[in-house]
Amino acid sequence: MTQAPTLHMKGSAKIGDTLIFDALDLTVAAGQWTCLLGSSGVGKSTVLKLFAGLAEHVDFSGTFGAESGPLDGKIALMAQSDLLLPWLTVAQNVALGARLRGEASDAGKVASVLDRVGLADKSKSKPSELSGGQRQRVALARTLMEDRPVVLLDEPFSALDAKNRARMQELSAEVLEGRTVLLVTHDPAEAARLGHAIVVMTESGAQTVTPPQGAVPRAIDNENVLKVQAALLARLREDA
Amino acid sequence: MKSWQAGIASTLLGLAIWQTIVTLGDLQKFILPGPVLVAETLWKSRVIIIENAWVTLSEVLLGLVLGALIGGISAIMLASSPMTRALVRPMLVFTQAIPVFALAPILNLWLGFGLTSKVVMALIIVYFPVTSAFFDALIRVNPDWLGLGRVMGAGKWRVMWHIRIPAALPGFASGLRLAAVYAPIGAIIGEWVGASKGLGYLMLLANGRAKIDLMFAALIVLAVMTICLHAATDQFCKRFLDRTDA
Ligand SMILES: Nc1ncnc2c1ncn2[C@@H]1O[C@H](COP(=O)(O)OP(=O)(O)OP(=O)(O)O)[C@@H](O)[C@H]1O
Ligand SMILES: [Mg+2]
Repeated sequence: MTQAPTLHMKGSAKIGDTLIFDALDLTVAAGQWTCLLGSSGVGKSTVLKLFAGLAEHVDFSGTFGAESGPLDGKIALMAQSDLLLPWLTVAQNVALGARLRGEASDAGKVASVLDRVGLADKSKSKPSELSGGQRQRVALARTLMEDRPVVLLDEPFSALDAKNRARMQELSAEVLEGRTVLLVTHDPAEAARLGHAIVVMTESGAQTVTPPQGAVPRAIDNENVLKVQAALLARLREDA
Repeated sequence: MKSWQAGIASTLLGLAIWQTIVTLGDLQKFILPGPVLVAETLWKSRVIIIENAWVTLSEVLLGLVLGALIGGISAIMLASSPMTRALVRPMLVFTQAIPVFALAPILNLWLGFGLTSKVVMALIIVYFPVTSAFFDALIRVNPDWLGLGRVMGAGKWRVMWHIRIPAALPGFASGLRLAAVYAPIGAIIGEWVGASKGLGYLMLLANGRAKIDLMFAALIVLAVMTICLHAATDQFCKRFLDRTDA
Protein backbone atom coordinates (compact mmCIF):
# COMPACT_ATOMS: atom_id res chain seq x y z
CA MET A 1 0.00 0.00 0.00
CA THR A 2 1.25 3.46 -0.88
CA GLN A 3 1.49 6.11 1.81
CA ALA A 4 -1.96 7.21 3.02
CA PRO A 5 -2.49 10.83 1.92
CA THR A 6 -4.25 13.76 3.58
CA LEU A 7 -7.42 14.85 1.78
CA HIS A 8 -8.89 18.28 1.65
CA MET A 9 -11.95 19.89 0.15
CA LYS A 10 -12.58 23.60 0.04
CA GLY A 11 -15.41 25.15 -1.92
CA SER A 12 -19.05 24.91 -2.76
CA ALA A 13 -21.14 22.47 -4.74
CA LYS A 14 -24.22 22.86 -6.88
CA ILE A 15 -26.38 20.31 -8.66
CA GLY A 16 -28.13 22.12 -11.49
CA ASP A 17 -29.21 25.39 -9.92
CA THR A 18 -29.52 24.01 -6.41
CA LEU A 19 -26.78 24.85 -3.96
CA ILE A 20 -25.84 21.67 -2.05
CA PHE A 21 -23.21 23.11 0.28
CA ASP A 22 -21.32 26.36 0.53
CA ALA A 23 -17.93 27.33 1.95
CA LEU A 24 -17.06 23.83 3.04
CA ASP A 25 -13.56 23.49 4.41
CA LEU A 26 -12.81 19.88 5.20
CA THR A 27 -9.53 18.17 6.00
CA VAL A 28 -9.21 14.41 6.32
CA ALA A 29 -5.95 13.68 8.09
CA ALA A 30 -3.58 11.08 6.68
CA GLY A 31 -3.85 7.62 8.18
CA GLN A 32 -6.74 8.58 10.46
CA TRP A 33 -10.48 8.10 10.76
CA THR A 34 -12.54 11.23 10.13
CA CYS A 35 -16.24 10.92 10.90
CA LEU A 36 -18.60 13.16 8.95
CA LEU A 37 -22.05 13.83 10.38
CA GLY A 38 -24.86 16.16 9.42
CA SER A 39 -28.54 16.17 8.65
CA SER A 40 -29.95 14.24 5.74
CA GLY A 41 -29.48 15.93 2.38
CA VAL A 42 -26.70 18.24 3.54
CA GLY A 43 -24.31 16.72 1.01
CA LYS A 44 -22.25 14.11 2.84
CA SER A 45 -22.56 11.47 0.13
CA THR A 46 -21.82 14.18 -2.43
CA VAL A 47 -18.50 14.88 -0.70
CA LEU A 48 -17.58 11.20 -0.95
CA LYS A 49 -18.62 11.02 -4.60
CA LEU A 50 -16.50 14.08 -5.38
CA PHE A 51 -13.42 12.46 -3.83
CA ALA A 52 -14.17 9.23 -5.67
CA GLY A 53 -14.47 11.01 -9.01
CA LEU A 54 -18.10 9.97 -9.42
CA ALA A 55 -19.75 13.38 -9.36
CA GLU A 56 -20.10 14.38 -13.02
CA HIS A 57 -23.54 15.74 -12.13
CA VAL A 58 -22.11 18.05 -9.46
CA ASP A 59 -20.86 21.51 -10.26
CA PHE A 60 -18.06 22.05 -7.75
CA SER A 61 -16.16 25.30 -7.45
CA GLY A 62 -13.06 25.21 -5.32
CA THR A 63 -10.36 22.66 -4.79
CA PHE A 64 -10.31 19.13 -3.46
CA GLY A 65 -8.01 16.14 -3.50
CA ALA A 66 -4.73 15.10 -1.94
CA GLU A 67 -1.55 17.13 -1.71
CA SER A 68 0.41 14.06 -2.72
CA GLY A 69 -1.16 13.90 -6.18
CA PRO A 70 -4.15 12.41 -8.00
CA LEU A 71 -6.34 9.93 -6.19
CA ASP A 72 -6.96 7.62 -9.16
CA GLY A 73 -6.54 4.03 -8.11
CA LYS A 74 -6.01 4.98 -4.48
CA ILE A 75 -9.61 4.91 -3.29
CA ALA A 76 -11.95 2.24 -2.05
CA LEU A 77 -15.58 3.33 -1.81
CA MET A 78 -18.46 1.75 0.03
CA ALA A 79 -21.50 3.62 -1.24
CA GLN A 80 -24.70 4.19 0.70
CA SER A 81 -26.45 1.34 -1.14
CA ASP A 82 -24.71 -2.01 -1.21
CA LEU A 83 -24.43 -2.27 -5.04
CA LEU A 84 -24.06 -6.03 -4.92
CA LEU A 85 -24.29 -7.60 -8.37
CA PRO A 86 -27.29 -9.94 -8.26
CA TRP A 87 -25.87 -12.47 -10.72
CA LEU A 88 -22.71 -13.09 -8.70
CA THR A 89 -22.43 -15.13 -5.53
CA VAL A 90 -21.47 -13.51 -2.25
CA ALA A 91 -17.86 -14.68 -2.62
CA GLN A 92 -17.70 -13.43 -6.22
CA ASN A 93 -19.08 -10.07 -5.12
CA VAL A 94 -16.43 -9.81 -2.44
CA ALA A 95 -13.76 -10.58 -5.06
CA LEU A 96 -15.25 -8.14 -7.59
CA GLY A 97 -12.28 -5.76 -7.54
CA ALA A 98 -9.83 -8.43 -8.67
CA ARG A 99 -12.27 -9.68 -11.31
CA LEU A 100 -12.70 -6.16 -12.69
CA ARG A 101 -8.98 -5.54 -12.83
CA GLY A 102 -8.31 -8.89 -14.46
CA GLU A 103 -6.26 -10.06 -11.50
CA ALA A 104 -6.42 -13.53 -10.01
CA SER A 105 -8.65 -13.33 -6.97
CA ASP A 106 -7.22 -14.54 -3.67
CA ALA A 107 -9.73 -17.20 -2.61
CA GLY A 108 -8.09 -17.60 0.78
CA LYS A 109 -8.38 -13.90 1.54
CA VAL A 110 -11.99 -13.81 0.34
CA ALA A 111 -12.85 -16.71 2.64
CA SER A 112 -11.12 -15.13 5.60
CA VAL A 113 -12.78 -11.72 5.11
CA LEU A 114 -16.17 -13.40 4.73
CA ASP A 115 -15.48 -15.35 7.87
CA ARG A 116 -14.63 -12.17 9.75
CA VAL A 117 -17.88 -10.46 8.71
CA GLY A 118 -19.68 -13.58 9.91
CA LEU A 119 -20.88 -14.79 6.51
CA ALA A 120 -18.61 -17.76 5.83
CA ASP A 121 -21.64 -20.00 5.38
CA LYS A 122 -23.18 -17.65 2.81
CA SER A 123 -20.27 -17.53 0.38
CA LYS A 124 -22.17 -19.42 -2.34
CA SER A 125 -25.49 -17.62 -1.82
CA LYS A 126 -26.85 -15.01 -4.17
CA PRO A 127 -27.40 -11.49 -2.77
CA SER A 128 -31.17 -11.90 -3.18
CA GLU A 129 -31.06 -14.63 -0.54
CA LEU A 130 -29.57 -12.30 2.09
CA SER A 131 -31.10 -9.92 4.61
CA GLY A 132 -30.39 -6.19 4.41
CA GLY A 133 -27.81 -6.37 7.18
CA GLN A 134 -26.12 -9.36 5.58
CA ARG A 135 -25.93 -7.57 2.26
CA GLN A 136 -24.36 -4.59 3.96
CA ARG A 137 -21.72 -6.84 5.50
CA VAL A 138 -20.94 -8.31 2.08
CA ALA A 139 -20.45 -4.78 0.75
CA LEU A 140 -18.17 -4.07 3.69
CA ALA A 141 -16.19 -7.23 2.99
CA ARG A 142 -15.86 -6.19 -0.66
CA THR A 143 -14.51 -2.81 0.46
CA LEU A 144 -12.08 -4.34 2.95
CA MET A 145 -10.72 -6.58 0.17
CA GLU A 146 -9.55 -3.50 -1.71
CA ASP A 147 -6.06 -2.64 -0.60
CA ARG A 148 -6.33 1.12 -1.00
CA PRO A 149 -4.76 3.94 1.04
CA VAL A 150 -7.96 6.00 1.06
CA VAL A 151 -11.24 4.44 2.14
CA LEU A 152 -14.57 6.24 1.86
CA LEU A 153 -17.42 4.68 3.83
CA ASP A 154 -20.98 5.95 3.40
CA GLU A 155 -23.05 4.82 6.39
CA PRO A 156 -21.46 1.36 6.27
CA PHE A 157 -23.08 0.01 9.43
CA SER A 158 -26.53 1.62 9.17
CA ALA A 159 -28.44 -1.63 8.56
CA LEU A 160 -26.73 -3.71 11.24
CA ASP A 161 -28.03 -4.91 14.60
CA ALA A 162 -26.24 -3.56 17.69
CA LYS A 163 -24.00 -6.57 18.15
CA ASN A 164 -22.91 -6.79 14.53
CA ARG A 165 -22.50 -3.04 14.34
CA ALA A 166 -20.02 -3.05 17.22
CA ARG A 167 -18.16 -6.02 15.74
CA MET A 168 -17.98 -4.56 12.26
CA GLN A 169 -16.75 -1.23 13.64
CA GLU A 170 -13.96 -3.06 15.43
CA LEU A 171 -13.11 -5.16 12.39
CA SER A 172 -12.98 -2.10 10.13
CA ALA A 173 -10.83 -0.17 12.59
CA GLU A 174 -8.40 -3.07 12.65
CA VAL A 175 -8.26 -3.80 8.93
CA LEU A 176 -8.14 -0.15 7.87
CA GLU A 177 -5.54 0.92 10.39
CA GLY A 178 -3.06 3.38 8.93
CA ARG A 179 -5.35 4.31 6.03
CA THR A 180 -7.07 7.62 5.49
CA VAL A 181 -10.70 6.86 6.26
CA LEU A 182 -13.64 9.20 5.74
CA LEU A 183 -16.72 7.73 7.40
CA VAL A 184 -20.17 9.22 6.89
CA THR A 185 -22.55 8.35 9.71
CA HIS A 186 -25.76 9.45 11.42
CA ASP A 187 -24.80 7.73 14.65
CA PRO A 188 -23.11 9.94 17.30
CA ALA A 189 -21.99 6.84 19.22
CA GLU A 190 -20.22 5.54 16.15
CA ALA A 191 -18.44 8.84 15.58
CA ALA A 192 -17.38 9.00 19.23
CA ARG A 193 -16.03 5.45 19.01
CA LEU A 194 -14.20 5.62 15.73
CA GLY A 195 -13.26 9.23 14.96
CA HIS A 196 -9.76 10.59 15.31
CA ALA A 197 -11.57 13.66 14.07
CA ILE A 198 -15.29 14.45 14.04
CA VAL A 199 -16.82 16.91 11.60
CA VAL A 200 -20.42 18.11 11.56
CA MET A 201 -21.51 19.36 8.18
CA THR A 202 -24.14 22.10 7.85
CA GLU A 203 -25.36 24.20 4.96
CA SER A 204 -22.90 26.90 5.91
CA GLY A 205 -19.78 24.80 6.25
CA ALA A 206 -18.19 22.20 8.48
CA GLN A 207 -17.47 22.43 12.20
CA THR A 208 -15.12 20.13 14.03
CA VAL A 209 -16.04 18.53 17.34
CA THR A 210 -13.30 17.38 19.71
CA PRO A 211 -13.28 13.59 19.85
CA PRO A 212 -12.63 11.59 23.02
CA GLN A 213 -9.07 10.69 23.96
CA GLY A 214 -7.66 7.26 23.24
CA ALA A 215 -7.00 4.86 20.41
CA VAL A 216 -9.84 3.69 18.18
CA PRO A 217 -12.01 1.73 18.37
CA ARG A 218 -12.83 3.14 21.78
CA ALA A 219 -14.93 1.26 24.32
CA ILE A 220 -18.63 2.03 23.86
CA ASP A 221 -19.16 2.49 27.60
CA ASN A 222 -16.10 4.67 28.20
CA GLU A 223 -17.15 7.75 30.13
CA ASN A 224 -15.54 10.22 27.72
CA VAL A 225 -16.98 8.44 24.72
CA LEU A 226 -20.44 8.71 26.26
CA LYS A 227 -19.89 12.39 27.01
CA VAL A 228 -18.82 13.20 23.47
CA GLN A 229 -21.71 11.15 22.15
CA ALA A 230 -24.16 13.18 24.24
CA ALA A 231 -22.57 16.49 23.25
CA LEU A 232 -22.62 15.45 19.61
CA LEU A 233 -26.27 14.51 19.78
CA ALA A 234 -27.10 17.87 21.32
CA ARG A 235 -25.04 19.56 18.62
CA LEU A 236 -26.89 17.69 15.84
CA ARG A 237 -30.27 18.54 17.35
CA GLU A 238 -29.65 22.25 17.52
CA ASP A 239 -28.46 22.12 13.93
CA ALA A 240 -31.84 20.86 12.75
CA MET B 1 -57.22 -26.60 -15.32
CA LYS B 2 -53.54 -27.04 -16.14
CA SER B 3 -52.12 -24.95 -18.95
CA TRP B 4 -51.75 -27.88 -21.36
CA GLN B 5 -55.34 -28.88 -20.68
CA ALA B 6 -56.42 -25.33 -21.36
CA GLY B 7 -54.37 -25.42 -24.57
CA ILE B 8 -56.10 -28.56 -25.80
CA ALA B 9 -59.52 -27.29 -24.83
CA SER B 10 -58.99 -24.02 -26.63
CA THR B 11 -57.68 -25.83 -29.75
CA LEU B 12 -60.79 -28.02 -29.81
CA LEU B 13 -62.99 -24.98 -29.38
CA GLY B 14 -61.23 -23.26 -32.29
CA LEU B 15 -61.69 -26.33 -34.51
CA ALA B 16 -65.36 -26.54 -33.56
CA ILE B 17 -65.95 -22.90 -34.47
CA TRP B 18 -64.11 -23.41 -37.76
CA GLN B 19 -66.21 -26.48 -38.66
CA THR B 20 -69.42 -24.69 -37.66
CA ILE B 21 -68.65 -21.75 -39.95
CA VAL B 22 -67.95 -24.10 -42.85
CA THR B 23 -71.10 -26.15 -42.24
CA LEU B 24 -73.54 -23.33 -41.49
CA GLY B 25 -72.14 -21.05 -44.20
CA ASP B 26 -72.24 -23.93 -46.65
CA LEU B 27 -68.81 -22.83 -47.92
CA GLN B 28 -67.16 -24.47 -50.92
CA LYS B 29 -63.95 -26.27 -50.12
CA PHE B 30 -61.95 -24.01 -52.45
CA ILE B 31 -63.10 -21.01 -50.37
CA LEU B 32 -62.68 -22.40 -46.85
CA PRO B 33 -62.02 -26.08 -46.36
CA GLY B 34 -63.13 -27.58 -43.04
CA PRO B 35 -60.69 -28.88 -40.44
CA VAL B 36 -61.34 -32.50 -41.32
CA LEU B 37 -60.41 -31.98 -44.95
CA VAL B 38 -57.32 -30.00 -43.97
CA ALA B 39 -56.28 -32.75 -41.58
CA GLU B 40 -56.69 -35.32 -44.36
CA THR B 41 -54.61 -33.23 -46.74
CA LEU B 42 -52.02 -32.69 -44.02
CA TRP B 43 -51.65 -36.45 -43.72
CA LYS B 44 -51.78 -37.24 -47.44
CA SER B 45 -49.29 -34.54 -48.36
CA ARG B 46 -47.09 -35.04 -45.32
CA VAL B 47 -43.94 -35.78 -47.29
CA ILE B 48 -44.05 -32.65 -49.40
CA ILE B 49 -45.09 -30.54 -46.39
CA ILE B 50 -42.28 -31.83 -44.18
CA GLU B 51 -39.71 -31.35 -46.93
CA ASN B 52 -40.74 -27.75 -47.38
CA ALA B 53 -41.17 -27.08 -43.67
CA TRP B 54 -37.65 -28.31 -43.13
CA VAL B 55 -36.34 -25.74 -45.61
CA THR B 56 -38.26 -22.92 -43.96
CA LEU B 57 -37.15 -24.03 -40.49
CA SER B 58 -33.49 -24.01 -41.56
CA GLU B 59 -33.87 -20.49 -42.95
CA VAL B 60 -35.57 -19.31 -39.79
CA LEU B 61 -33.08 -20.89 -37.40
CA LEU B 62 -30.05 -19.65 -39.31
CA GLY B 63 -31.57 -16.17 -39.54
CA LEU B 64 -32.43 -16.18 -35.85
CA VAL B 65 -28.99 -17.28 -34.69
CA LEU B 66 -27.10 -14.95 -37.03
CA GLY B 67 -29.46 -12.04 -36.37
CA ALA B 68 -29.14 -12.49 -32.60
CA LEU B 69 -25.36 -12.70 -32.89
CA ILE B 70 -24.93 -9.69 -35.14
CA GLY B 71 -27.61 -7.76 -33.23
CA GLY B 72 -25.91 -8.54 -29.92
CA ILE B 73 -22.52 -7.39 -31.17
CA SER B 74 -24.01 -4.22 -32.69
CA ALA B 75 -25.76 -3.35 -29.43
CA ILE B 76 -22.47 -3.72 -27.51
CA MET B 77 -20.62 -1.56 -30.06
CA LEU B 78 -23.33 1.10 -29.95
CA ALA B 79 -23.43 1.10 -26.16
CA SER B 80 -19.67 1.24 -25.76
CA SER B 81 -18.88 4.18 -27.97
CA PRO B 82 -20.76 7.48 -28.18
CA MET B 83 -18.96 8.04 -31.49
CA THR B 84 -20.34 4.84 -33.04
CA ARG B 85 -23.71 5.74 -31.60
CA ALA B 86 -23.71 9.18 -33.20
CA LEU B 87 -22.68 7.80 -36.59
CA VAL B 88 -24.58 4.55 -36.78
CA ARG B 89 -27.82 5.22 -34.95
CA PRO B 90 -29.36 7.54 -37.57
CA MET B 91 -28.52 4.93 -40.20
CA LEU B 92 -30.25 2.27 -38.15
CA VAL B 93 -33.33 4.41 -37.71
CA PHE B 94 -33.42 5.07 -41.44
CA THR B 95 -32.96 1.45 -42.45
CA GLN B 96 -35.52 0.40 -39.91
CA ALA B 97 -38.01 2.67 -41.65
CA ILE B 98 -37.66 0.62 -44.86
CA PRO B 99 -40.35 -2.07 -44.89
CA VAL B 100 -38.66 -5.45 -45.00
CA PHE B 101 -41.16 -6.52 -47.67
CA ALA B 102 -39.64 -3.96 -50.00
CA LEU B 103 -36.19 -5.46 -49.53
CA ALA B 104 -37.18 -8.99 -50.51
CA PRO B 105 -36.97 -8.55 -54.30
CA ILE B 106 -33.62 -6.80 -54.01
CA LEU B 107 -32.21 -9.51 -51.77
CA ASN B 108 -33.40 -12.14 -54.25
CA LEU B 109 -31.70 -10.22 -57.02
CA TRP B 110 -28.43 -9.97 -55.11
CA LEU B 111 -28.33 -13.27 -53.31
CA GLY B 112 -30.25 -15.53 -55.64
CA PHE B 113 -33.36 -17.63 -55.16
CA GLY B 114 -31.78 -20.11 -52.78
CA LEU B 115 -31.43 -20.31 -49.04
CA THR B 116 -29.18 -17.28 -48.55
CA SER B 117 -31.66 -14.58 -49.47
CA LYS B 118 -34.27 -16.01 -47.06
CA VAL B 119 -31.78 -16.34 -44.24
CA VAL B 120 -30.79 -12.72 -44.76
CA MET B 121 -34.45 -11.66 -44.76
CA ALA B 122 -34.99 -13.44 -41.45
CA LEU B 123 -31.72 -12.02 -40.14
CA ILE B 124 -32.73 -8.44 -40.95
CA ILE B 125 -36.11 -8.84 -39.35
CA VAL B 126 -34.50 -10.38 -36.23
CA TYR B 127 -31.72 -7.83 -36.04
CA PHE B 128 -33.73 -4.78 -34.97
CA PRO B 129 -35.66 -6.11 -31.98
CA VAL B 130 -32.54 -7.80 -30.63
CA THR B 131 -30.31 -4.78 -31.13
CA SER B 132 -32.72 -2.24 -29.73
CA ALA B 133 -33.82 -4.26 -26.69
CA PHE B 134 -30.24 -5.18 -25.79
CA PHE B 135 -28.92 -1.68 -26.46
CA ASP B 136 -31.60 -0.09 -24.25
CA ALA B 137 -30.75 -2.48 -21.45
CA LEU B 138 -27.01 -1.82 -21.82
CA ILE B 139 -27.59 1.93 -21.61
CA ARG B 140 -29.86 1.68 -18.57
CA VAL B 141 -27.52 -0.28 -16.32
CA ASN B 142 -27.43 1.20 -12.81
CA PRO B 143 -24.86 4.02 -13.08
CA ASP B 144 -23.72 3.40 -9.50
CA TRP B 145 -22.53 -0.07 -10.53
CA LEU B 146 -20.50 1.51 -13.30
CA GLY B 147 -19.11 4.04 -10.82
CA LEU B 148 -18.10 1.25 -8.47
CA GLY B 149 -16.35 -0.47 -11.36
CA ARG B 150 -14.44 2.69 -12.20
CA VAL B 151 -13.34 3.27 -8.60
CA MET B 152 -12.13 -0.32 -8.48
CA GLY B 153 -9.91 0.43 -11.45
CA ALA B 154 -11.72 -1.49 -14.20
CA GLY B 155 -11.19 -0.53 -17.83
CA LYS B 156 -14.12 0.12 -20.13
CA TRP B 157 -14.20 -3.37 -21.64
CA ARG B 158 -13.96 -5.16 -18.30
CA VAL B 159 -16.87 -3.06 -17.03
CA MET B 160 -18.70 -4.00 -20.20
CA TRP B 161 -17.99 -7.69 -19.84
CA HIS B 162 -18.41 -8.09 -16.08
CA ILE B 163 -21.15 -5.56 -15.31
CA ARG B 164 -23.01 -4.14 -18.29
CA ILE B 165 -23.52 -7.27 -20.39
CA PRO B 166 -24.67 -9.52 -17.51
CA ALA B 167 -26.93 -6.76 -16.22
CA ALA B 168 -28.45 -6.30 -19.69
CA LEU B 169 -29.04 -9.98 -20.50
CA PRO B 170 -32.75 -9.84 -19.61
CA GLY B 171 -33.12 -7.12 -22.25
CA PHE B 172 -31.32 -9.31 -24.80
CA ALA B 173 -33.65 -12.17 -23.89
CA SER B 174 -36.80 -10.13 -24.40
CA GLY B 175 -35.49 -9.01 -27.79
CA LEU B 176 -34.80 -12.61 -28.71
CA ARG B 177 -38.30 -13.72 -27.70
CA LEU B 178 -39.79 -11.11 -30.02
CA ALA B 179 -37.35 -12.07 -32.74
CA ALA B 180 -38.42 -15.71 -32.60
CA VAL B 181 -41.91 -14.65 -33.66
CA TYR B 182 -40.66 -12.30 -36.38
CA ALA B 183 -38.07 -14.57 -37.97
CA PRO B 184 -40.57 -16.86 -39.79
CA ILE B 185 -42.22 -13.77 -41.31
CA GLY B 186 -38.91 -12.83 -42.93
CA ALA B 187 -38.33 -16.29 -44.32
CA ILE B 188 -41.88 -16.59 -45.71
CA ILE B 189 -41.76 -13.20 -47.42
CA GLY B 190 -38.47 -14.22 -48.98
CA GLU B 191 -40.04 -17.40 -50.27
CA TRP B 192 -43.05 -15.59 -51.67
CA VAL B 193 -40.87 -13.29 -53.71
CA GLY B 194 -39.05 -16.15 -55.30
CA ALA B 195 -38.16 -19.65 -54.24
CA SER B 196 -38.48 -23.25 -55.29
CA LYS B 197 -38.72 -24.67 -51.77
CA GLY B 198 -40.21 -23.80 -48.39
CA LEU B 199 -43.65 -23.43 -46.83
CA GLY B 200 -44.14 -19.98 -48.35
CA TYR B 201 -43.41 -21.41 -51.79
CA LEU B 202 -45.75 -24.34 -51.14
CA MET B 203 -48.55 -21.98 -50.12
CA LEU B 204 -48.22 -19.94 -53.30
CA LEU B 205 -48.10 -23.12 -55.37
CA ALA B 206 -51.20 -24.53 -53.67
CA ASN B 207 -53.00 -21.22 -54.09
CA GLY B 208 -52.21 -21.13 -57.79
CA ARG B 209 -53.68 -24.59 -58.25
CA ALA B 210 -56.72 -23.79 -56.11
CA LYS B 211 -55.62 -26.40 -53.56
CA ILE B 212 -56.83 -24.34 -50.66
CA ASP B 213 -56.79 -27.32 -48.31
CA LEU B 214 -53.04 -27.76 -48.93
CA MET B 215 -52.55 -24.04 -48.38
CA PHE B 216 -54.26 -24.27 -45.03
CA ALA B 217 -52.27 -27.34 -44.10
CA ALA B 218 -49.05 -25.48 -44.82
CA LEU B 219 -50.32 -22.46 -42.90
CA ILE B 220 -51.07 -24.57 -39.84
CA VAL B 221 -47.66 -26.20 -39.94
CA LEU B 222 -46.12 -22.74 -40.15
CA ALA B 223 -48.13 -21.52 -37.16
CA VAL B 224 -47.22 -24.56 -35.10
CA MET B 225 -43.59 -24.11 -36.05
CA THR B 226 -43.64 -20.47 -34.93
CA ILE B 227 -45.28 -21.36 -31.63
CA CYS B 228 -42.71 -24.09 -30.98
CA LEU B 229 -39.87 -21.77 -31.89
CA HIS B 230 -41.17 -19.13 -29.51
CA ALA B 231 -41.58 -21.66 -26.71
CA ALA B 232 -38.10 -23.07 -27.31
CA THR B 233 -36.56 -19.60 -27.31
CA ASP B 234 -38.44 -18.78 -24.14
CA GLN B 235 -37.10 -21.92 -22.46
CA PHE B 236 -33.61 -21.20 -23.69
CA CYS B 237 -33.75 -17.65 -22.31
CA LYS B 238 -35.10 -18.85 -18.96
CA ARG B 239 -32.37 -21.47 -18.58
CA PHE B 240 -29.74 -19.03 -19.70
CA LEU B 241 -30.89 -16.31 -17.30
CA ASP B 242 -31.16 -18.81 -14.46
CA ARG B 243 -27.62 -19.90 -15.11
CA THR B 244 -26.32 -16.34 -15.16
CA ASP B 245 -28.93 -15.28 -12.61
CA ALA B 246 -29.44 -11.87 -14.11
N1 LIG C 1 -28.22 13.09 -8.87
C1 LIG C 1 -28.75 14.12 -8.21
N2 LIG C 1 -29.49 15.04 -8.86
C2 LIG C 1 -30.04 16.08 -8.21
N3 LIG C 1 -29.91 16.28 -6.90
C3 LIG C 1 -29.20 15.42 -6.19
C4 LIG C 1 -28.57 14.29 -6.81
N4 LIG C 1 -27.92 13.61 -5.86
C5 LIG C 1 -28.12 14.26 -4.71
N5 LIG C 1 -28.89 15.36 -4.90
C6 LIG C 1 -29.27 16.33 -3.89
O1 LIG C 1 -28.10 16.74 -3.26
C7 LIG C 1 -28.31 16.91 -1.87
C8 LIG C 1 -27.24 16.18 -1.10
O2 LIG C 1 -27.35 14.81 -1.32
P1 LIG C 1 -26.44 13.77 -0.54
O3 LIG C 1 -26.78 12.43 -1.05
O4 LIG C 1 -25.03 14.20 -0.64
O5 LIG C 1 -26.96 13.94 0.95
P2 LIG C 1 -26.49 13.22 2.27
O6 LIG C 1 -25.94 14.25 3.17
O7 LIG C 1 -25.61 12.06 1.94
O8 LIG C 1 -27.87 12.70 2.84
P3 LIG C 1 -28.23 11.33 3.62
O9 LIG C 1 -27.75 11.49 5.02
O10 LIG C 1 -29.71 11.28 3.57
O11 LIG C 1 -27.55 10.23 2.90
C9 LIG C 1 -29.72 16.41 -1.57
O12 LIG C 1 -30.52 17.53 -1.32
C10 LIG C 1 -30.15 15.72 -2.82
O13 LIG C 1 -31.51 15.99 -3.05
MG1 LIG D 1 -25.85 10.05 1.96
